[in-house]
Amino acid sequence: MGEVASQTLLKKGAEASLYLADWHEKRVVIKARLPKKYRPAELDEKIRGYRTVHEPQLMHEAKKAGVPTPTIFLVDVKNAAITMEFVEGKQVKQLLGKVSKKERRELCVKIGELIGKMHKHGLIHGDLTTSNMILGVEGKIFLVDFGLGEKNAELEARGVDLHLMKRALQSTHYQFAEECFEAVLKGYSAVLGAEEAGKVLEKIREIERRGRYVAERREEA
Amino acid sequence: MKGPDEAYCLGVESTADDFGVGISTFNGKILANASSDYVPEKGGIHPREAARHHAEVANTVLHEALSKARIKPRDLALIAFSQGPGLGPCLRTGATVARALAAYLNVPLVGVNHSVAHIEIGKLKTGAVDPVTLYVSGGNTLVSAFDSGRYRVFGETLDIALGNCLDVFAREAGLKHKRGMPLGAALEKLAADGEKLISLPYIVKGMDISLSGLLTAATTLLRKGEYRLEDLCYSLQETAFSMVTEVTERALAHTEKKEVLLTGGVAANRRLQSMLCIIAEEHDARFNVVPREFATDNGAMIAWTGVLAYTHGAVTPVAESFVKLRWRLDRVDVPWVK
Repeated sequence: MGEVASQTLLKKGAEASLYLADWHEKRVVIKARLPKKYRPAELDEKIRGYRTVHEPQLMHEAKKAGVPTPTIFLVDVKNAAITMEFVEGKQVKQLLGKVSKKERRELCVKIGELIGKMHKHGLIHGDLTTSNMILGVEGKIFLVDFGLGEKNAELEARGVDLHLMKRALQSTHYQFAEECFEAVLKGYSAVLGAEEAGKVLEKIREIERRGRYVAERREEA
Repeated sequence: MKGPDEAYCLGVESTADDFGVGISTFNGKILANASSDYVPEKGGIHPREAARHHAEVANTVLHEALSKARIKPRDLALIAFSQGPGLGPCLRTGATVARALAAYLNVPLVGVNHSVAHIEIGKLKTGAVDPVTLYVSGGNTLVSAFDSGRYRVFGETLDIALGNCLDVFAREAGLKHKRGMPLGAALEKLAADGEKLISLPYIVKGMDISLSGLLTAATTLLRKGEYRLEDLCYSLQETAFSMVTEVTERALAHTEKKEVLLTGGVAANRRLQSMLCIIAEEHDARFNVVPREFATDNGAMIAWTGVLAYTHGAVTPVAESFVKLRWRLDRVDVPWVK
């Protein structure tokens, strides 16, 4: 990557390291999936390669569905690195606890709408957490981290996707997980329609009951 | 009032195939940890048969624990029992033993969450203070960490547990469960001679994983008979362990904790230990593995967690001592953790 002028580590995540860089007079983020020593090299290369190719495709598809995602500039499969637009803004994870109840609700309704748009378009995000959502300076919410996503319009996949969102809210924003998820569903139904959303909600319940240890079944009924 | 060194709690564990009785002092000295495991003649655990086993051995195991601790029943200040999650008939047998003891000795009874107990004994035995815990056994696959009063669940299996996945495959492959040699250990031994990595489904969804598809794929290949059993065991282990390691690393990066704790029956697997050790190092965290005696289901963990709960105000009246088959880890307040 000869064109890159400078490169500073922005974040060392579990799966990839994010670098902030200048590239053709643009501020970009380079997402590099570094080799994982814990798994066999064969398996590691397969996983990193697959996700590196897949992620930009899904981000592009998401844009078509009307979901803001950073623009992709370069995909370097050999090094499992993606160069993309740097989105100025704040992680929704950092915001949820700081804003008013009303603003929190509005944010979550918007998130629900974005998920609805993706699902309507046959896209699954695969890792819906508030760390993967950025509120941009113009008020748009960008979705990132599509590495675990897929093209899939099945009810099952939609259900799991939303179930993960619910779980992420429960583990990270447990104080207002319920109100947030309710707002997400409101936005989701607004896009997908009440009937379709109802089916997904029923599916989420089924998925939860499948788990080894879930809330008492009788309690849920 | 006796000092914490002379106050004893007896804990009864009976969530699945092990019937265990442990004795702990109020300051965390484990005086006894006796157990007897039910070994099915064939197939997996039959809940009713396991419960029958527990009822039969209860008296012997109780006596063994008391004599090992060199105390008399009258010395006990508290009875703790595993209230869930687990298999109904097994849990009920343990609860009955605990209720009877508490009533006879006229001491308080306290119901303990089995998953919380695994974490607490792990912390006690390894010195970990605030870890990200990977708890992997026949019934559980959980990635959790403490935050604001509870152990929060960051990742878990969407279907079957890791130990269950390995056990079912091992049984399909004709491996036998022997006393002192669990199926997982037999599988690990075979996997050590594996050379070829066979492609199997690798399914990570967010911080959760799914293992049922992996098990189906592996058993299908096994029945086809085209691969060496060693290679299949190796590939199954590598794939499944990589999945749990990936989600544990995600939780570690997310929570920024500085300790990793590995516990549960599958924690005995050396390969899994080495994978987790690598991610701990990469995030400057200390890796801890719970010693086998305290990583598998045991009574000591129930006794110790009973002490923690009781000394922080918890008691379980007999009327509320019904078992909770699906009692989730993240539903339990743990006021003793700061």
